[in-house]
Amino acid sequence: MAVLVIAEHDNAELNSATLAVVTAAGQVGGDVDVLVAGQGCGAVAEQAAKVAGVAKVRVADAAHYANRLAEPMAALIASLAPNYDAVLAVANTNGKNFMPRAAALLDVSQISDIVAVEAADTFVRPIYAGNAMATVQSTDKVKIITVRTTTFAKAEAEGGSAATEPVDAVDDPGLSSFVGEELSKSERPELTAARVVISGGRGMQNGENFEMLNKVADLLGAAVGASRAAVDAGYVPNDYQVGQTGKVVAPELYIAVGISGAIQHLAGMKDSKVIVAINKDEEAPIFQVADYGLVADLFKAVPELEEALAKLPKN
Amino acid sequence: MKVLVPVKRVIDYNVKARVKPDQSGVDLNNVKMSMNPFDEIAVEEAIRLKEAGTVTEIVAVSIGVQQCQETIRNALAMGADRGILVKTDQPTEPLAVAKILKVLVEQESPEMVILGKQAIDDDCNQTGQMLAALLGWPQGTFASEVKPADGKVQVTREIDGGLQTVELAMPAIVTTDLRLNEPRYASLPNIMKAKKKPIDEKTPEELGVDIAPRLTTLKVVEPAKREAGVKVESVAELVDKLRNEAGVI
Repeated sequence: MAVLVIAEHDNAELNSATLAVVTAAGQVGGDVDVLVAGQGCGAVAEQAAKVAGVAKVRVADAAHYANRLAEPMAALIASLAPNYDAVLAVANTNGKNFMPRAAALLDVSQISDIVAVEAADTFVRPIYAGNAMATVQSTDKVKIITVRTTTFAKAEAEGGSAATEPVDAVDDPGLSSFVGEELSKSERPELTAARVVISGGRGMQNGENFEMLNKVADLLGAAVGASRAAVDAGYVPNDYQVGQTGKVVAPELYIAVGISGAIQHLAGMKDSKVIVAINKDEEAPIFQVADYGLVADLFKAVPELEEALAKLPKN
Repeated sequence: MKVLVPVKRVIDYNVKARVKPDQSGVDLNNVKMSMNPFDEIAVEEAIRLKEAGTVTEIVAVSIGVQQCQETIRNALAMGADRGILVKTDQPTEPLAVAKILKVLVEQESPEMVILGKQAIDDDCNQTGQMLAALLGWPQGTFASEVKPADGKVQVTREIDGGLQTVELAMPAIVTTDLRLNEPRYASLPNIMKAKKKPIDEKTPEELGVDIAPRLTTLKVVEPAKREAGVKVESVAELVDKLRNEAGVI
């Protein structure tokens, strides 16, 4: 048995979500290899080799992997997959883009967004926005899997000493090219990796008012997120969205501000350890999942919260 | 150019799914069904491209039980030109759906297939990518902007860090994200007109596609319930509880 993990990275740093995939891969069983595909990604390969539990790091370094476009990535994964029992990737916008394409090239199904490994061929995944959990068994020769990383502990980033070997790049299918990127710049932690998340909804009324949440976030070392309603209204960019089709987060503390709590939003945050809801509508469904609910006008409560947190002695 | 738009009949966006007591799946009896919201966005995008003069014909496809015809009618009422129903009573996995669509693409020769990025029932997010692989076409997934020009198409994609733009050779696959457009409601006259638009019926067997599932669902259960907590009276009490009871700040 052997399992291949597709590393998530930006050519410079290994994204820590990969560590959770390594854990999931270990539960599937067998040797865990990691594929680092990128351009000038040697530093990432070095980091991957140190991850505890990794047997071998395979590096595909070529210009056409620089932005991990789906067409070349899927061709590469499909060329390596026949030597493995399973291939796992992070269920983020990269994994969701290239993994199904690789699966179809291999004529196998994909098991999306798994939250638990029951056996080498049996997995649990949420369906219907997390309102049901399905246990599915695969009959395919190689299992192509994307992993919801919030439900797996991260493997230790240090302690391993895997061998590194190059793999041949597969020719670029030449179907697509990278034009450009507009990435949100933020000093705050990444939404899916943050210990604390504070999110705003339609109740925020406009983008400027998110500044109130930013101030609280800075005091807590938190990331700032949003409901679909706030993103659709243009208050904040799309990468803030938490929910069924946006990002799934499970921080230690999630603070929902002015969010009513549609099932699609709950799907993205209900595994958080502690949930706080601040909403002026006491009937809002968000209160049904909140550990601490505060029925209040957010424009009064959030500045008060900022003031109270600023006064708090450091732990 | 011709565009193919697959549309899936799913549980309505506003209905909460209920698990069957025998754990065999989700109860869909007497539940309101609608077009998958991402597929509505796909139909709308095709119509807008037609209104802009880029697209000449829109073919809406649905795969599933007879009632999927209603989903196709809905797409026709929005503005699609004709429909194809691939009738089967068996559940179809994304790989099987992609294989059926591949045959239809070979028969219809569209230059673009626009799909929803994900169906809100199985939440798989696979079909468009799989179809692209089977056809050897490029893919622009999670699109928030689609700009065809000079035999190519530029797709702006919603990615984790923000937005990414890729240029694809044509023919191409596009899958829609939420911000691509806001789908229109079908007007009454258009609903009446849609009744006269043609819908072809086919079966997976006629198309020569094996739709046998690769996955066996062993059980479907409700997720662990989260208990509602307490209401606090003030920000001071909230901060105190978070610090001294929950220990998270």
